[in-house]
Order: sequence, then C-alpha cells, then structure tokens
Amino acid sequence: MTIAEKILAAHSGLDSVEPGQLLEVDVDFAFGNDITAPIAIKVLREAGVSAVFDRERIGLVADHFVPNKDILSAEQARMLRDFATEYGIVHHYDGGESGVEHVLLPEKGLVLPGDVVIGADSHTCTHGALGAFATGVGSSDLAATMMSGKTWFKVPESIKFVYNGRLRPWVTGKDLILYTIGDIGVDGALYMAMEFTGPVIDSLSMAERFTMSNMAIEAGGKVGIIDPDNTTMEYITGRASRDFTPYHSDRDAHYARVIEYDCSQIEPQVAFPHLPENTRPISEVGNVPLEQVVIGSCTNGRVEDLALAAEVISGRHVARGLRLIVLPATPSVYRHAMEEGYLLTLLDAGAVIGPPTCGPCLGGHMGVLAAGERALSTTNRNFVGRMGHPESEVYLANPAIAAASAVLGRIGSPDEL
Amino acid sequence: MKIKGRVWKFGENINTDVIIPARYLNTSEPAELARHCMEDADPEFSQRVEPGDIIVAGRNFGCGSSREHAPIALKAAGIGCIIAPSFARIFYRNAFNMGLPIFECKDAASGIREGDIIEIDADSGKIFDLTTGDTFEAQPIPPFMQELISDGGLIPHVLKRLDLRA
Repeated sequence: MTIAEKILAAHSGLDSVEPGQLLEVDVDFAFGNDITAPIAIKVLREAGVSAVFDRERIGLVADHFVPNKDILSAEQARMLRDFATEYGIVHHYDGGESGVEHVLLPEKGLVLPGDVVIGADSHTCTHGALGAFATGVGSSDLAATMMSGKTWFKVPESIKFVYNGRLRPWVTGKDLILYTIGDIGVDGALYMAMEFTGPVIDSLSMAERFTMSNMAIEAGGKVGIIDPDNTTMEYITGRASRDFTPYHSDRDAHYARVIEYDCSQIEPQVAFPHLPENTRPISEVGNVPLEQVVIGSCTNGRVEDLALAAEVISGRHVARGLRLIVLPATPSVYRHAMEEGYLLTLLDAGAVIGPPTCGPCLGGHMGVLAAGERALSTTNRNFVGRMGHPESEVYLANPAIAAASAVLGRIGSPDEL
Repeated sequence: MKIKGRVWKFGENINTDVIIPARYLNTSEPAELARHCMEDADPEFSQRVEPGDIIVAGRNFGCGSSREHAPIALKAAGIGCIIAPSFARIFYRNAFNMGLPIFECKDAASGIREGDIIEIDADSGKIFDLTTGDTFEAQPIPPFMQELISDGGLIPHVLKRLDLRA
C-alpha cells in the first residue's frame, strides 16, 4: 500500500484498503478559519449540538481577514472567539497568538505524521509534508467532524512523483511544484493523492516540503504527501503534543502513474495569469513590469523564505514606484526573522512589513491591487481577481525571484542584480 | 426528481474566486453572496439569472478554495443544477453537502448551447435538451451521495447516525 492508503486503513479499522473504496475514518485533528468556521459554527448551533467530539483536537484560527479588516469580518472573528469560549475549544488562535493556519498548526505540533487531518481550507494539503493524510473540506464537513470525530473519504488513487538530479541555483521547492503543475495541469491530479519522492525531496528542508504539499490542490490533488524521514522527525521533536504513528509507502505499492523529473533541467518558474499551470522558466519570462511584490502566505511565509528574500535584497532597494509587502506567516516566524535581522534588511530595502495574515493572497486586505496593476507573489493562486480588481494580474514565483523582481521593478532573477 | 431550466454556459476551470470573490467572504449570508455570484466572469449574471437556471461548464468546475460560500452563492442565486465534464473534489463534496445537484457529463457540456432549455432526470442521469432534441447520459450519482441527498444533506445525515438531536 501507499502511505495514503495505510493511513486511511489504520483510521478506519481495516488491514488494507483499495482506491475507490468509501471509508468512514477517525479524524485526528480538524480546523477552520475566520472565513470557513463561522458557517460550521452556525450549523452546529442550529443543530442544537452542545459539545464537540474532543476539545483538544479542534483548531480555530483567525488568519484570513485579521487584524479585522472591516465590521463584518470583525463579527466573524468574534464568532470563533465566542464559540471557543463556550465550547471550551483549546486551540483557538487570535490576536498576537495567531498566524496563517497551515504554518501555525504544524509549528505548534498539532499535526503529526500518520494523522488524518481535515481543514475547512483548501490548502490543508500543506500538512501532507509531515506524512499526514491532510485535505481541505467545506464548512459542513468540518461541522460534521466537530460533532462526530469522523469523516468519510473515497480512497484516492496515488500518483508518485520522483524528483531526481540536483537543484540549480535559486531553484526551490516552490519551483518544483510550479513545474509539476505546469506539466500535469490544474486538474492533472484531480481526486488523487500526490506523493512526492526521490533524492531531491529527501534533501529538501521542511519549509520547502510544506511549500510543495501546499500547492497539491492547485493540480486538483486531494493530498500532497511525503514519507516522513529524519528531517520530519527533527521538525517534530520538541513540538509533538501527543503520540503518533508514522507510515511509509511499501516498495511494491501500486500507483496510477509514476512521473519522474530531472531537476537539473528545471529553472526557477513563474506562473503567469490566470492559472497556476501557466508556468514559464525565468529565462523565458520577457519584460513584465510590476507594481507590487508580495512575500508571505501558507505557501512561502516561513522564516526560510524570508531569509532567502533578505539574502537577495541585502544592500539593495526596491525599484521606484514598486511596493514590496512582506508578511511573516506566524508570530514565531516574525520573531525569528526579527532576531536574525531579516526584517531589518527587508525594511532597509523599502519593504512594508505587515502582521501575520493571509491578507492580499486572496485579495482580502493589506495589498489589494487596482485595475491593471501587476503583482508577483510567493502565494499559491493567480486566478482572475484573486488579489483585487478583476483586471489586475498575479504572477507566482519563489521568494528569491520575488526579492530580485522587487529590486528590478520587473520579473527577474537574482542573477540579474 | 426532474430539474428543468435555461442554460448559462461557462468555460473550463471556473474557480471559486470567480464563483464568489474572496472580497465578499466577510459574510456567509446566502442572499448577499448571491448578489456577487459569478461577478468576475460575467458582471451581469446575478441580475439576469432566474430561479431554476442551469450552469453548463467546462472541466474542473469549482477548482480553488474550499469555500462553501461558492455552492451557497450559486444555490441562492437560483441555480438548479450544474453540468460539467469534471468537478474539483472539494466543490463536488460541498455541492452535495449543500443539496446542490451536480452532474458529470462531457458530451452534454460540449453539446448544450447557451440559452437552451434542458431537463435532467436526476435518478437516471438522463439529460434532455428540449431546444435541440438531443439527449445525453450523465454519470449516475453514487449510492452514498444518494443517501446523503435522501437524508437532506450531510448534517441531517450525521445527526441521524449520531442521534444527537434532543
């Protein structure tokens, strides 16, 4: 069996499962945010449910429209607060304790290898980097799990991606996943588990693995999973809040497809509007002037991402007329980036340093685009209107390309500085 | 159950940011969400859509975010059902959980034209284009999903099983 199949079997009390099988599974951790949880909360209240299945296995994270961007979003954040108090939800994050959910929850050791995790947010697949079966669901599914501790899944087929060779300069996990989405398309892994393997994955940091798993949904994937190894265990050590059982794919596991890439051939990638599959190598981007660059989000808002951006921009300044917006994903990322001097380097370069929030990634606040404006962003989606006006444009890339582009005033590589 | 209505056509990869832009997600009120439904694809959609209208779209409908606001907005706008060659998985799940019927049918998605009047027999999956006389056959709804629908959606289904209701 694959790691995905083993986790699902273990959580449904079965020895083995097969793709296509419908299962009722036990959920280890379930969470929602200030946009999705309010609907789940309404559902629970209307159903007259007075207690959740486990107060310690539910997360409520105010991250999308916080600090509250307007009166309505303030009401939504308050719904989480009131519900958490009333129902005794242990892991409710708000104010200076909160951050982008898919960075915050692993940081807190609340998601662990071998877990089944559901989140009312499509980028819940991020947590697959820890070797968990983690997937996004809607608010009603979250409500059902909050009541019962269970959910249902169809066992997905798995695609195995093997990344061979050596990474070229300025190529990161972000580029590997953009390249993969460019190759298979935005529905190339529809309903399927994407399993990332190979020597290049083995050598990636947890931060870059999270970035790759994060964007599995942009290829339609149900999960983006990586076998836990020493890197995973080092990350978990000192964080894990409970016992866990890691699972690993069998050598003879069955895959619907096996796709191999030679990473030595992969350049830094840029996804052009308006789909993440519209990727081009940096050498073929041409002249794309920019009004804004965003570094942050559940995709690339970790301290390693800010370190990379600071390294590139150190001693330089953003181009005249361009806005560089940097959003550390959590308070812990913020603190480390401050202690290591990355924030000062970015500030000196002319960046706006914002609070931990999803902010402009989904056009919420803190960097919304006007009609006709172009932004390069380290985030995950470049759909029409994603960052603001429907006539604005978003280009996706890694933090090194983002920092270099902020200096150049157009999309470009650190090699051009 | 039979569903009959006038067709709106949309292309491939209609994502949830187009169905309901995130700038309107500071509320989950169905009527408010319906006012902005499909706004970035067709600014006039919400004014011109009529109760019972049907969306026929290209592959991977509903890709992107997990926001349940997307099926809520479509349902509140009056959309009776959606036909596409394929749906993104979270949208597929949310639609059933919300009681918004959706049908996978590649031939119907390409054969049916904007403005056609069509009728769908939800039990058999047969689609009749009453304007052109064409018929199509959609994938039947899986038994588990039929159970969800017959229980009235996911939450009544779970409540029935848990017997939590006082």
